[in-house]
Amino acid sequence: MALVGTALTLSILYLAALFAVASFGDRRAGQGRSVIANPYVYTLSLAVYCTAWTFFGSVGLAATGGLAFMPVYLGPTLAALLFAFVLRKILLITKAYGITSIADFISARYGKSGLLAGLVTIVAVVGTVPYMSIQLNAVAASLELMLVHSPNAAFMTGADSALLVALLLAVFSILFGTRHIDATEHHQGMVLAVAVESIVKLLCFVTLGVVVTFWLFDGPGAILEGLREAGRGDLLTLAGTGYGNADWILLTALSALAMLVLPRQFQVAVIENVELPHVRRSIWLFPLYLFAINLFVLPIALAGVASALGGSPDSIVVALPLAAGHDWLALVAYLGGFSAATAMVIVETVALSTMVSNDLVMPVLLRIKALRLERWHDLSRLILMVRRVAILLVLLLGYVFFQLIGNRYGLASIGLIAFCAMAQLAPLIIAGIYWREAALPGAVLGLAAGFAVWIYTLIVPAMAGTGTLSITLVTEGPAGIGLLRPTALFGLSGLHPVSHALVWSLTANVGLLVLVSLLVRQNKLERLQALLFVDVESSRASTRLWRGEAQVGALLDLLRRFLGPERAEAVLASDAAARGRALARDEAADAALVQLSERGLARALGAASARVVVGSVVRGEVMGPDELMEILDETQKVLEYSHRLEEKSLALEEATGELRRANERLQQLDRLKDDFIATVSHELRTPLTSIRSFSEILHDTPDLEPAERQHFLHIVIRESERLTRLINDVLDLSKIESGRMEWHVGPCDLRDTVQEAVAASEGLMAEKKARLECELEAGASVVVCDRDRLLQVLINLLSNASKFLPAEDGRVRLIMRRHRDRFEVRVEDNGPGVPPAYREAVFEKFRQVSDDLKSRPKGTGLGLPISRHIIEHFGGRIWVEDAALGGAALCFTLPVPRADHPALAAE
Amino acid sequence: MTKRVLVVDDEPNIVLSLEFLMKRAGFEVAVARNGSEALAALEGSPPHLLLLDVMMPELDGFEVCERVRARPDWKDTKIIMLTARGREQERERGLALGADAYVTKPFSTRELVEQVRLMLGES
Repeated sequence: MALVGTALTLSILYLAALFAVASFGDRRAGQGRSVIANPYVYTLSLAVYCTAWTFFGSVGLAATGGLAFMPVYLGPTLAALLFAFVLRKILLITKAYGITSIADFISARYGKSGLLAGLVTIVAVVGTVPYMSIQLNAVAASLELMLVHSPNAAFMTGADSALLVALLLAVFSILFGTRHIDATEHHQGMVLAVAVESIVKLLCFVTLGVVVTFWLFDGPGAILEGLREAGRGDLLTLAGTGYGNADWILLTALSALAMLVLPRQFQVAVIENVELPHVRRSIWLFPLYLFAINLFVLPIALAGVASALGGSPDSIVVALPLAAGHDWLALVAYLGGFSAATAMVIVETVALSTMVSNDLVMPVLLRIKALRLERWHDLSRLILMVRRVAILLVLLLGYVFFQLIGNRYGLASIGLIAFCAMAQLAPLIIAGIYWREAALPGAVLGLAAGFAVWIYTLIVPAMAGTGTLSITLVTEGPAGIGLLRPTALFGLSGLHPVSHALVWSLTANVGLLVLVSLLVRQNKLERLQALLFVDVESSRASTRLWRGEAQVGALLDLLRRFLGPERAEAVLASDAAARGRALARDEAADAALVQLSERGLARALGAASARVVVGSVVRGEVMGPDELMEILDETQKVLEYSHRLEEKSLALEEATGELRRANERLQQLDRLKDDFIATVSHELRTPLTSIRSFSEILHDTPDLEPAERQHFLHIVIRESERLTRLINDVLDLSKIESGRMEWHVGPCDLRDTVQEAVAASEGLMAEKKARLECELEAGASVVVCDRDRLLQVLINLLSNASKFLPAEDGRVRLIMRRHRDRFEVRVEDNGPGVPPAYREAVFEKFRQVSDDLKSRPKGTGLGLPISRHIIEHFGGRIWVEDAALGGAALCFTLPVPRADHPALAAE
Repeated sequence: MTKRVLVVDDEPNIVLSLEFLMKRAGFEVAVARNGSEALAALEGSPPHLLLLDVMMPELDGFEVCERVRARPDWKDTKIIMLTARGREQERERGLALGADAYVTKPFSTRELVEQVRLMLGES
């Protein structure tokens, strides 16, 4: 069979297979087992970005401009990384408000403006037509090349292959994309098909690349060799691209914006997105795909140059295998290109036809009273018909554009021109979701101005090039005004024509958008929508926008007419589910149902049209913006009030809890006080008992042995001393704890104080036959504290240590050293030590810890608690740990005073 | 027969004074420094009277009292509890546990000796 016949057959078989894939996807979706709900299919569907332009055009561009093809892929790579958060917000908005397309998105943001929706649609259609023509051009060119190699394909002779391709794709797209009316319902089958196409085109291109590089040529080295022989070594340099630095940046930025605003990208990335988190995975998967499909662009292009094929560089991918006699490889290349083209055409036409029907045609039809659309029984058929015609029309326009411009421009140039038109939507979107003040007049004027500048700087020169307009317009400017030359506006020259157009169109666009928005006041619906968009994270709760009186029956009829009976019932059913009962036909519909109906209609008609349609049945007008804002304000107030109430009740609850806790604490304190008094009483009565008993014994027993008398007297004296100490300690502690202690704060020398304490304790140590060693670090040792109290602590610690010493060879070591910001004093002994479990308890009042109960230590049980209070009062810390000597180490720190300490200055 | 008195207290000076007082009054005296020692001392030949301090570490006076009263063979042992805490509810608790008297420290030595004599039927 003739090669071209095989190619055509293959195309039809391929489309049939694709249709089967799509049906499978739809069937699975119908069973609730979605095949597309995963990040890989999502990423592959994003790869609809790579069209016939990628397949044929990039190679063509690389063959003439080397690396010049790269910005178009660098842009989306950066966009995937940088725009993830923008995309996230757009997705939140889209899902929250039932957005159907990019036009719907923009118009909804700017007060559901029909004018803006229409304008956006026009820009999108105009921007898409050249793009569509690229696809037709590329596929048709490949077919024609193969026709040359099929001498006996008489049936094709004289046929218009581009028209053939256009019609084929139109039929297929109509079959594919307009089966449902609800534009927010995911086209699961379509997305799956597009994902499969992304795999097919990648495989085809890589196969082609590998065969060309390693089979037709002996690797990259051989291609470079051939390139040098052909005298085109410059293709591998940056200079070979013909781009300046500014061009690189601008064209990359343009491609990045395209990712956001191309209708088909918006369709797959936003409308068809199943789950938000898929975006995260695509951030790196999508650039990976771009890298893979671009890997062999340069080798194939350079191989084409080296082979001196002749003909259009955009045809290299098919011409190269044909020239080498590998017909099968040419078919692989053709199939890849065809799959890239079909994917683009399907998604683009579905997206555009939704926009054309919802935002351009239906609003107009609805306003033409003569049509009496409101009497139509079922409008859903009309809507579908409009969409089908729109698909056919867009493809035919693409065909016409192809006929007009023909092969005058490379595929890549036309693609960039299309990008530049679409880029005009970007400021409206970005400002729309981040800037509350962005206003409808600014958006309309900005978009119109940007679009006009685009026509003037890119389309006018192209038309002059084809002879449609006078060439002097371009060379000398209108009426000879040089500053207005369309390719060097205001004297800006030296840029790539698309960079030049981008600079001026976006300047006009953004400038007017910002300036006008700052000058005008938004109307109230606009303000509301702006709020809903910009603060989407916080305001997703539905706002009730309709007051009024509509009957359930009237709404149901409306829904039936636009959505068909099935979907209309579904809307009512979801209302019944939310409400807990179904409303009867003659009942009054409340705001919630009206809102639900509007949302349902918006899915089919877009926000602007749905508003008009619902307005026709809600008696007493659609709520005027003023009333709306009033109600909103009121709602806001009620919300605020309830919020305040909630806060108050929370505060009350908190206060109650605090009271309860305070009460518990008081009771606890009361118990503690009782315990303390009982304990103090015990501690006071114990020595008192000994004193009284022995005094009475001494008094009543005149005939006591002198030694015994002496012993008893000694006990009386010792117990009296104990009593005195105890009373002093209790008084000290109560003063400290109640904050009535008088501190005599001043600088004091820690070393001197330590030495004084040592001197005072020498008697005690001698009594215990213990050895006291001192290790006092030299250097300044001034601290700020109450010297007498510090002395009290030191003596207490030393006497404490002495109480626990072994009978023989008792040792106490006193160490003082300075750390960076504090002094540390340690009193170590070789007694039994303090078990870890008791190391905190020893600082509690009356908690004497001793293993050996027979030798209960003679202390008041208040020394360490008092010491802790004193040390902590002066910013230090006191604790117990193991001593190097084997016993306990009682340690405390005191801060090194700052040089500017007021107590030091007073000295 | 000489009556035996067991003095139980963790304060050595108080033990010393009570020991002196009881001996001077003509009793045979044994001493214990805490509850466990007291119970051990009771095991051999139970004393006729226990002078029992309440607040002692580990086994306190209340518990010793309770254990003594739980033993039928010690039922004849009189118990005088001595306390330095002086709370009314503790006196009640001590008497409820089976103590025969509850004396608050510091006490009059003469009155205490008199009370012991009375309790042991030696006036």
